[in-house]
Amino acid sequence: MRLLEGEFRNPSGCAISAVISRNGERMSGEKIIESMKPMHERSNGLGGGFAGYGIYPEYKDLFALHIFFSGTKAREECEAYLRGALELVKAEVIPTRTIPAITDEPLIWRYFATPLRSVLASMQVDENEYIARVVMHINITIEGAYVFSSGKNMGVFKAVGYPEDVGVFYRLEEYEAYSWTAHGRYPTNTPGWWGGAHPFALLDWTVVHNGEISSYDANRRCIEMYGYKCTLQTDTEVITYIADYLLRKQGLSLEEAAGVIAAPFWDTIARRPEAERRELEYLRTVFPSLLITGPFSIILGFTGGLMALNDRLKLRSMVTAEKGDRVYIASEEAAIRAMEPGAEHIYAPAGGEPVIVRVREGCSL
Amino acid sequence: MMKSIDASGMDFSELNRQLREAEGGAEISACLGQRFIGAGMGKRKIRIHGVPGNALGAYLNGAEIEVFGNAQDAVGDTMNAGTILIHGSIGDTAGYAMRGGRIYVRGNAGYRTGIHMKAYREHLPVIVIGGKAGSFLGEYQAGGVIVVLGLHTDGGPIVSNFPCTGMHGGKLFLRSRCEDVLFPKQVTARPASPEDMEELRGYLKEYCELLSMDLNAVLDAPFTLVTPDSANPYRQMYVAN
Repeated sequence: MRLLEGEFRNPSGCAISAVISRNGERMSGEKIIESMKPMHERSNGLGGGFAGYGIYPEYKDLFALHIFFSGTKAREECEAYLRGALELVKAEVIPTRTIPAITDEPLIWRYFATPLRSVLASMQVDENEYIARVVMHINITIEGAYVFSSGKNMGVFKAVGYPEDVGVFYRLEEYEAYSWTAHGRYPTNTPGWWGGAHPFALLDWTVVHNGEISSYDANRRCIEMYGYKCTLQTDTEVITYIADYLLRKQGLSLEEAAGVIAAPFWDTIARRPEAERRELEYLRTVFPSLLITGPFSIILGFTGGLMALNDRLKLRSMVTAEKGDRVYIASEEAAIRAMEPGAEHIYAPAGGEPVIVRVREGCSL
Repeated sequence: MMKSIDASGMDFSELNRQLREAEGGAEISACLGQRFIGAGMGKRKIRIHGVPGNALGAYLNGAEIEVFGNAQDAVGDTMNAGTILIHGSIGDTAGYAMRGGRIYVRGNAGYRTGIHMKAYREHLPVIVIGGKAGSFLGEYQAGGVIVVLGLHTDGGPIVSNFPCTGMHGGKLFLRSRCEDVLFPKQVTARPASPEDMEELRGYLKEYCELLSMDLNAVLDAPFTLVTPDSANPYRQMYVAN
């Protein structure tokens, strides 16, 4: 009997890459697609995806919901819910290209929408919290509907396929972003399906990840106490919710969040200077269940910036580089050189050392 | 005669096929991330311009590889014999389970250099890093020699956290007094003796020749030698029967 994807375990893999313009200049999706080609062997064709920031300037004050539907019934049910929950400004099919490399696509739609002010006032929540609840509601309760992107002026594009084909499929050359992230997937323990491709997104947070989380279930149990629900059958999803919880709900800085997710060992903390030691002790003590163990290299995307982070043992590779106002991050130097042959200051961040890059203040996003 | 190979857009298996046929050696240009270059190959020269992909020279069996820039992860994975000379820096896990031959790096090395390196009879693998090494240097080292010179100019200690974790054979030379380096309990770190320095001279001679460095100047500094405490430091961890 031939086992289906998801019924057997296949080992190893994944590729990540990113570019950001610190001047907020827009770049089409062509270069980020190029970066995935030298890393082809890191993926196995069971998932590829991209996130672009700054791509919807004409709707930048609206939330852009990208949604997969298994069929028309799921779409109709979801749209009925959306009409009651949000003010829908525009609904359209996401333009794609029919190519042999990408098959079995679901219905792929996007909605530009905003919460009704009166609803926000009566529920006493802000618009981000409201949208996060809408996303969770759809993903949990509407069968065959998955919101895979839900931020403002940004979007995730993902599919089952090799990333370089996924980029062509979604016509990424037609989008202009000041930052891009990319992922090529080699699923290890969970099925390769459209919703399981990276990036994983909630609001404007996106995560691409190479690795596997040993602490997944501890992390999941913890984060599900705070209104999140893991529905996408893969570990990376939980990192996205942890980022949203620590950064948006708890108001931690990116550095502090890195100190929770990739906390140093206690004996490493003991050797740090007093002030830093006390802070790291505090973070490990307050958020022990959000420490992520096992191998990972991730790139967290958000409005106006990127953060790259390795697990504290550095069990996955990551390289950064610069050229002019551009900063590049990838699993391999070759991927960076595919985007910018003259890249300078090649650097391999240590395990647990966050690399944070932001668009300069005053640049229009 | 050396064959020229333009690797632009070339798949790794095609590149290796051409290398296997090039018994007189090959010079690769526009290399970009192709994996397994030279894997298992015997006597020949391979010169690489660009960035070779992971597992450069895996299972290498006598070939001489020279890279005029950086290399990525797992350089010389399980290599048996030959030389890999890198003019730039390298990524993580160089010399993984290496059991013979030489890896010479002018620049820095990433995490876990020399992990599971081993020696057997006449086979003695040697890794020389010109700059600094990342964490877990010589993790589970079972044999062979690792030398780190710390000649880097981009800051940072000669070696990061947790060097020699699980080391149970071989030798590690660090060109430093190592006063700030925390070693695990089962290894001994001591200043290199004149006899140790004489042995070290042998390992560094070819390295300095190939990279046009002054051997005496490189040796004219305090070195620390790290060795495991006993032939079987883990005996107490298991039932003795």
